[in-house]
Amino acid sequence: MEFFHNPNIDFLGKKWYFIAFSLIFSISGLLSIFFWHGIPLGIDFRGGTVVQVKFASTPNDKEIRAAMDRAGLHDAKIQPLEPATSNEELIDLPIQETNEQALDRGKNIIISALQSNVPAGKQDLNNASALALQNYLLDKDPLHAGTNAKELYTAQAQAIVDYRDKVKDGLLSSLDELKGTVEPAVAASLPDGFFLSNFHVASVSIVGPQVGKQLKGQAVRAVLYSLLGMLIYLAFRFEWIYGVAAVVTVFHDTLITVGAFSLTNKDISLTVIAAILTLVGYSNNDTIVVFDRIRENLKLMRREKLSEIVNRSINQTLSRTVLTAGLTFLTVLALYLFGGEVLNGFSFALVIGILIGTYSSIAIAAPILVAYQDWRSQNGKTPGMSVAKAGKQSPEKTKV
Amino acid sequence: MNKNLSWKVIVTVAATLFFVVGIFGIPDSFSWQGVVSSLQKQIHLGLDLKGGTHLILQVKVNDAVNVDSDSAVETIKQGLRDRKVNYASVTKPDPTNSPEKIVIQGVSPNASSDVRSLVSDALPEYDASSGVDNSWTVAMKPQALKELKDRAVQQAIETIRNRIDSLGVSEPTVQEHGLGAYQILVELPDVNDPARVKEVMQSTAMLQVRQSFGGPYSSEQDALQQHGGVLPPDTVILQGRSIGTGGGSGEAWYLVSRVSAISGRDLRSADVSRSSDTGQPTVNFSLTGEGGQKFYNFTSQHVNDSLAVVLDNKVQEVANIEEPIRDQCEIKGNFSQEEAKDLALVLRSGALPAGINYLEERTVGPSLGADSIRHGVEATIVGMIAVLIFMLVYYRGAGVNADIALILNLIILLGSMGYLKGVLTLPGIAGVILTVGMGVDSNVLIFERIREELRNGKTPPSAVAQGFSHAWTAIFDTHVTTILSAAILFVFGTGPVKGFATTLTLGLLANLFTAVFVSRIIFDWVLSRKQRGEALSI
Repeated sequence: MEFFHNPNIDFLGKKWYFIAFSLIFSISGLLSIFFWHGIPLGIDFRGGTVVQVKFASTPNDKEIRAAMDRAGLHDAKIQPLEPATSNEELIDLPIQETNEQALDRGKNIIISALQSNVPAGKQDLNNASALALQNYLLDKDPLHAGTNAKELYTAQAQAIVDYRDKVKDGLLSSLDELKGTVEPAVAASLPDGFFLSNFHVASVSIVGPQVGKQLKGQAVRAVLYSLLGMLIYLAFRFEWIYGVAAVVTVFHDTLITVGAFSLTNKDISLTVIAAILTLVGYSNNDTIVVFDRIRENLKLMRREKLSEIVNRSINQTLSRTVLTAGLTFLTVLALYLFGGEVLNGFSFALVIGILIGTYSSIAIAAPILVAYQDWRSQNGKTPGMSVAKAGKQSPEKTKV
Repeated sequence: MNKNLSWKVIVTVAATLFFVVGIFGIPDSFSWQGVVSSLQKQIHLGLDLKGGTHLILQVKVNDAVNVDSDSAVETIKQGLRDRKVNYASVTKPDPTNSPEKIVIQGVSPNASSDVRSLVSDALPEYDASSGVDNSWTVAMKPQALKELKDRAVQQAIETIRNRIDSLGVSEPTVQEHGLGAYQILVELPDVNDPARVKEVMQSTAMLQVRQSFGGPYSSEQDALQQHGGVLPPDTVILQGRSIGTGGGSGEAWYLVSRVSAISGRDLRSADVSRSSDTGQPTVNFSLTGEGGQKFYNFTSQHVNDSLAVVLDNKVQEVANIEEPIRDQCEIKGNFSQEEAKDLALVLRSGALPAGINYLEERTVGPSLGADSIRHGVEATIVGMIAVLIFMLVYYRGAGVNADIALILNLIILLGSMGYLKGVLTLPGIAGVILTVGMGVDSNVLIFERIREELRNGKTPPSAVAQGFSHAWTAIFDTHVTTILSAAILFVFGTGPVKGFATTLTLGLLANLFTAVFVSRIIFDWVLSRKQRGEALSI
């Protein structure tokens, strides 16, 4: 089975369609960045408090917001999570509630606002850790254990927590549910020290302003070093114009990806930056393969027009390009569809990035080379790219 | 099958077994339970998959510097008095931002040599420089300052580690974070309610015993008034519990001496017990030999006076000295059992050299962690099956070759994670999926070239050889550039991103082995069983 049997598509001839396509996406992305959603920064970079809460029954956004307002948190953002049946909400507090003198103040206010009728001196079993349970059991000693008390109660506490989290998704509705998981005496000793609230805190992220700034700095440095490394590598292996074409291509890819995040108002977190750097590497690979073939053909087809050479090179590598893109896209799509909420931003960046990265090697990088060449010959300089430099590489080059 | 090929096959099979052991370890029993628990022990899960808390703390190193410069101030005052040099004041103009600077005002110019000799003899870590208006600036040398701050961070790490260990957290991580920022990273697996742990970590636990002159007073002004509006020399007013008023739990003020008779360094141990009269939890602390001697001297000189136990500059306990005490002291404090335990723990682990602030807190509950694992594994299986099926359909016989290489790639990747004790995070699982997609690219490169050579009329063995040799440089190039990207991510990324960089790098390295070496072996084996001129299924 073969998709492309000796293809001969005039890619460069279609370059105006490509430019139009790219412009539409870049400009809509830019418009959204400047005038609509801006660049939506995740908590890693803007700082703040985000608490993910799972409720026992369908939560009412209005009630939650009212409870937050009563507690003094007026700028809370309440966002339900997919799927709706999981009854999960994200409560997002801005940076003003997060200062380093009392970093978890916002989180504590949220939790106490959500709890109602807290019996004095009791802990919430739906949010207790195995450590707290273990210490409680060690103090109470319901089984009158002797020397192996620590191991015994550690195991019992772990069993309770495992049952609650892995079987019941984090929420117990009554202490009777623990029958059969632990010794009856242990279960009977729990009501004295624990009550059950109607929510379970699934995750908490609190980033203070200092760390937010540090992470932003780290992300910027990572991106700059990557771009620099790319430029040096390409200048070393090819000519500088190839390097410039590749960097412009990468900017194009990154702009459209960030624009997509802005248009869909998805948060850009550290993992999203990791995904963007990965697709920069991927797009670079792709571009190198096409450039490699162009350089090889420049030596072989000295008398042909440059646009002919470039077209031929793209067609020759088409099979490999499409297959690689397709296979990588398959895996990334699986990640986006099945990978869950936490990885959503990361896999979205990769999905967009793989498509755009492949497209841009053909639609942006190659035409830039030709355009530069045409500009040089129009201004009366010697036509043809420096074949001498291409010739300095070993003759036995890879045909991909 | 020739000898060379047999050796290569044996090497491959041995490598496979080696890495399978890396994934599963050697299970105690070969039942399903045994294998699963062995797997869980081998593969280290990151906090985002296991559940737990990640904290970043800032050590307020200026606190530690202030302690040192406070004692330097006393040394200067004493030294100047000894040398009979008059001075107007010795102060620290900016203890918050420049705790290492001390300014002496009002020293006459002919005392300069005295000041210089005082500083070089008694304060070798400080430099003295004269300033305008008969003033001198005594500041810590930059090298000494840096060393003091670094030492404070190291001590804080030790103390915090002791406290966390005593609390019973399993496999915690406590280490320095970032470069030169005086920050500490703490990771507590399985702790998703960090409130108590954070309290215990943060408590400075500075214990002192001072002489008490009066109290409890209802307010600071009241205390001052009772002594004629002026504080007696070398005393200070401190806040504390209201003690001795029938067990009420209000706040009160006490007049205590500024200097303390014993400090935390004199503590040998501390533990919880019950008060003989009230049955409430109390904390007993016992002193070292030297500390005990100091305490004995102090209490013998002050029989029938009162002493105050001061914790973190708050009065915790006031008691009458009825007879000289050598080494034991009890603190009653309206403690709950848990509070008493925590206080004893914190006293035992020693005081923190400086206060700490929390800068970042992330907690993932185990239910979310289990959820994430499930999603990650699902996505990996779906992605792998899609790619495996596609390769079979598009490349037929050679597709089987690619699929075997792919599965082996995964085994080697997971096995190396096991051996290197790499931490698997959720983005790390994504890295595994990405490896599958990018790894199969190498197979595509080789197979496309083989097809091209076959089209040009080469025999299958020759086509296979050409395919592999020509595709090698492109495979090498693309792998190296992606691994370089991953390296940058590893250096600049935080935990989960580091996990992604790790699995991507290991996966690509494994791929270099499977897509080239192993794939070639399979082709050679297939070719060795074909007749001359028989077609290759690709």
